[in-house]
Amino acid sequence: MARIIAGVTSSHVPAIGAAIDNHRTNEPYWQRVFEGFERSKQWMAKTKPDVIICVYNDHASAFSVEMIPTFALGTAAEFPPADEGWGPRPVPVVKGHPELASHIAQSVILDEFDLTLCNKMEVDHGLTVPLNLVFGTPKEWPCPVIPLAVNVVQYPPPTGHRCYMLGRAIKKAVESYPEDLNVVVFGTGGMSHQISGQRAGLINSKFDHAFLDNLTKNPKKLTKLSHLELMREAGAEGVEMVMWLIMRGALDDKVDEIYRFYTVPASNTAVGHIILENRKKAAKKPAAKLKHAAARQKVHRVRS
Amino acid sequence: MAPAKHTNEKDYDDIPGTYVFDADRSRRGYHLNMFCMSLMKAENRKAFKDNEAKYLAERFPELTPEQCDAILKRQYNRLLELGGNIYFTAKLGATDGHPFQHLAALMTGSTQQDYADLMLRGGRTVEGNRSRSGKFAKAGSSIVKAAKPKSSKGKKRRG
Repeated sequence: MARIIAGVTSSHVPAIGAAIDNHRTNEPYWQRVFEGFERSKQWMAKTKPDVIICVYNDHASAFSVEMIPTFALGTAAEFPPADEGWGPRPVPVVKGHPELASHIAQSVILDEFDLTLCNKMEVDHGLTVPLNLVFGTPKEWPCPVIPLAVNVVQYPPPTGHRCYMLGRAIKKAVESYPEDLNVVVFGTGGMSHQISGQRAGLINSKFDHAFLDNLTKNPKKLTKLSHLELMREAGAEGVEMVMWLIMRGALDDKVDEIYRFYTVPASNTAVGHIILENRKKAAKKPAAKLKHAAARQKVHRVRS
Repeated sequence: MAPAKHTNEKDYDDIPGTYVFDADRSRRGYHLNMFCMSLMKAENRKAFKDNEAKYLAERFPELTPEQCDAILKRQYNRLLELGGNIYFTAKLGATDGHPFQHLAALMTGSTQQDYADLMLRGGRTVEGNRSRSGKFAKAGSSIVKAAKPKSSKGKKRRG
């Protein structure tokens, strides 16, 4: 059976992509950001996921104001990088996993999450920058990626609670997929930033650190944050952190925090990154469970 | 587990210096944002730069005179007020060849250097920037309070 083994969150600042594409990663300003992902690259190389489910948002690239799906799952075989106005980013085409994606779609829609399904979709920096941060710049992405685009552009985005519950439904869907696959879920965007209006430039590190702490230990608390509080404390565009809660919902309640990185700024944004692993289940747990159940039944029989 | 409480009124209008892109703004700004989308194509960028007023009049006759004026004058806050969304209006800035921080500086009424320095110093603080009415001025965040022991309350840095 397929299983979710870990979750990764990362900011997806476009300027990070531009720094990679223009070979400026060695400049001191950018070194500070990229160095923070060195350990993540090692972790990724060791973990070798079979599939990534990447929760991200489109920035007026694949979707404009013509169609605004709240949750759009990519079920295509591949997703080309979008032309964001400067030509497409020079990154590999993202290969999907149509079979698992279709299975997830079927499972979560029957669980009452009414997804939009995309059989043709381009992906922008929101998806490709986090891939670069953990994989560097390979010729091909090392594994298939299922994109899940979330509307955080037009208010209201889905609530944090809804996102968390969708994560739960995705976990259930993955765990009922018959193939033996190790899946890692990415939540992208954030952390605090506002790039519009007179309040542009807002950063709230205290809030970001508290968000990271709770993400690991007490994510249900984060599902109670209203959009008003998120926008007020983390910036109008910081509201996109609801996407991290899809990742968290897809993990077990108790997780191990493997790594965390936080730095200010990358362009206009606080960069936050965390790796959470599900605890390894004892290999023979199901058998042990059965034994216990049998033992309980036995006791019950004796007593009655 | 219950979801967070959300109200239908525009409580977010209380956040200073912020234009939340809601359905009303999106409806008013539809053609404005679609104009910005047209700038994703190189030939359109060229046509626009060759004769901006003509491009707007011919290709986007539904734009209001106020929206055309704000586009031609590159009034980025006004564009947000008139229904533009920052991810779309940023395409106008890119067409002019400006980095995003140029737009951020314009919107915040500073120079690009001052804005870049502000970001390097850790960005704009939320203290004093929470609430127009003052209603939420000292609200803080529910998660930040909970993450700290009560005794540290007095040490909370302001500014």
